Amino acid sequence: MNAETMPAVDPTLVPPDPPKGVNGVQLVLTTVVLAARQIRRHLMRSFLTILGIIIGVSSVVTMVTLGNGAAQAAREQVSALGANILQIRPGQGFGRGGGGPQPPDFKPEDVEAIGRQIAGVKAVAPQAQSSGIAVYNAANWSTTINGTTRQYFTAQNWFPAQGRIFSGAEEQAGKAVCVIGSTVVANLFRDTDPIGKRFRLRDLSCEVIGVLTTRGQGGFGNDQDDVVLMPIKAVQRRFTGSRDIRNIMVAVDDGVDTAGVQSAIEDLLRERRKLGPNEDNDFNVFDTKQISDTVTGIYSLVTSIVTGVAAISLLVGGIGIMNIMLVSVTERTREIGIRLAIGAVGREVLMQFLVEAVVLSCLGGLIGLVLAAVAVAVIAPFMQVPVLFDPKINLLAFLFSAAMGVIFGFFPAWRAAQLNPIDALRHE
Amino acid sequence: MAAAGSGGRAAIVASAGQPLIRLRGITKRYGEGAAAFQALKGVDLDIQRGDFVAVMGPSGSGKSTTMNILGCLDVPSGGEFLFRGHHVETLDRDQRALLRRRYLGFVFQGFNLLSRTTALENVELPLLYRGEPAKRRRELAMGALDKVGLKEWWDHTPAELSGGQQQRVAIARAIVTHPDVLLADEPTGNLDSERSVEIMELLTDLNGNSGITVLMVTHEPDMAAFARTVVHFKDGLIERIDHGMRAKAGA
Repeated sequence: MNAETMPAVDPTLVPPDPPKGVNGVQLVLTTVVLAARQIRRHLMRSFLTILGIIIGVSSVVTMVTLGNGAAQAAREQVSALGANILQIRPGQGFGRGGGGPQPPDFKPEDVEAIGRQIAGVKAVAPQAQSSGIAVYNAANWSTTINGTTRQYFTAQNWFPAQGRIFSGAEEQAGKAVCVIGSTVVANLFRDTDPIGKRFRLRDLSCEVIGVLTTRGQGGFGNDQDDVVLMPIKAVQRRFTGSRDIRNIMVAVDDGVDTAGVQSAIEDLLRERRKLGPNEDNDFNVFDTKQISDTVTGIYSLVTSIVTGVAAISLLVGGIGIMNIMLVSVTERTREIGIRLAIGAVGREVLMQFLVEAVVLSCLGGLIGLVLAAVAVAVIAPFMQVPVLFDPKINLLAFLFSAAMGVIFGFFPAWRAAQLNPIDALRHE
Repeated sequence: MAAAGSGGRAAIVASAGQPLIRLRGITKRYGEGAAAFQALKGVDLDIQRGDFVAVMGPSGSGKSTTMNILGCLDVPSGGEFLFRGHHVETLDRDQRALLRRRYLGFVFQGFNLLSRTTALENVELPLLYRGEPAKRRRELAMGALDKVGLKEWWDHTPAELSGGQQQRVAIARAIVTHPDVLLADEPTGNLDSERSVEIMELLTDLNGNSGITVLMVTHEPDMAAFARTVVHFKDGLIERIDHGMRAKAGA
């Protein structure tokens, strides 16, 4: 060995660094940079990889948001029936039970008895409903005819914007006067002032004495303003042909317990309908709140089922990520070898692939959220439900997609980290 | 190793007279039982700091296995391996990786650059693992590219570079961390003779002017002629070591 031909020994000669841990924060920062580069280089593949997550997240969030909106709409619609309102109908449960004779309708005397004998009742309004075509000049319009009493306006807290309600005398006489909703005005009278005009309702000539304030959509998707209100006697005499009453609406005084009033009415009607102690009620007293709760319950059940299905698609999306990551690890074996030879420790390679999976799935989650927002904005008007942005479900879906990345990215990343640098470098 | 922090001075004194690399009785066996293959049968080798060593020998003679062990990519089955006076044959996987990161640079026959990745990003890669900030990474990587004469090509991907240029980028990547040792595995194997000479001149220059110890595996005597020391392998043993070579280097 000829010392002169060789450079002088480096005076800063130091022993190898004591083997030390890799700085965690540094590691994450480094790997995020690498992951971002990798995704940028394979845009198409990255998009296809996260398609499952995108679809999963967007369908979950869309379903839940629309479901919440629908439930909310249902609640609003039911409560639009009126606060502290009880509806009394013959039959058992919703509609009529199968078999057996039809339970009788109510009599006008039942209505009077409720108003007279039950405490805490603000208004009792019988209702006799029919429908028919209204004609005015060349215009005609098919609408709902609701026969009731003056108390209906109080019970519903719904009064004319123009004109007046029928007088006690008109009600008693069953005169052909009517208070009409704004939809009827718009379709029948257009721009003419309807007050004082007469129009034909089926075969009855009817005078408009009032126009109700606009209420908009209500009930169960029906148009509340598409209605003609008349004295009940007029409807019974001219359209239904009997004195029977299908429906009684009871408004309870503010601050009075509706449940107490409800059971008092049940007791009274059992007595009036001569039901024995062992007989079931052949009528129902619904609290609108109960209906609201039932409807909300049905909506949340449907929402959770649909969401469950959507969540499965999210899971499938996660498996899609694992597939592509495994392929990617195999395809990039040589790259992994290079990184290991250059001095990457196993953990760094693991982190790189894991971070790549997580960044991908988070990206999928974000795109999914945006897509869900667009989908909700487009679909909600068709379903006629309000858009209720729910930060909780958005955050949850996003975190879930990130978790998919961690769970399904781990195995491929672990495989990558286990590679032997020599074999990896030889890999073709 | 644990005493390195406090006993640093003493270690320096102790290692001052030692070779950079010392192999003693290195053996390597692949497989188990009847299928076992003894790739190395007891290799003794000292490599001095600043040397330019060519490793030659027919396939299966153990030269690649030795290079893998010297590059801390593989561990010997037996024997001692001292690097800067420290035992490295006992280091675990992560410790070897950290040692490669700090002290070693690799150049391969097949270049092994990351595809779809610019020359600059390729050269930056080892710095990324050393945790250098972005600005310094870029600075050092541009410096290394300048050293191999490819400063103008920094934003080209391997697909846009010739074989010779790709190997230059690989060399830039290997020297960007200022390693003690550059390990080159048939660096000219995929290049024509003109490009090969250019690469060898580059390695000779790095060896002479930057003081990087170069260990190179080659089949070609023409390339080995650039080395100062030539180690000949045969059947898992060192057959012969020629010192004080370098017919062409001075030119």
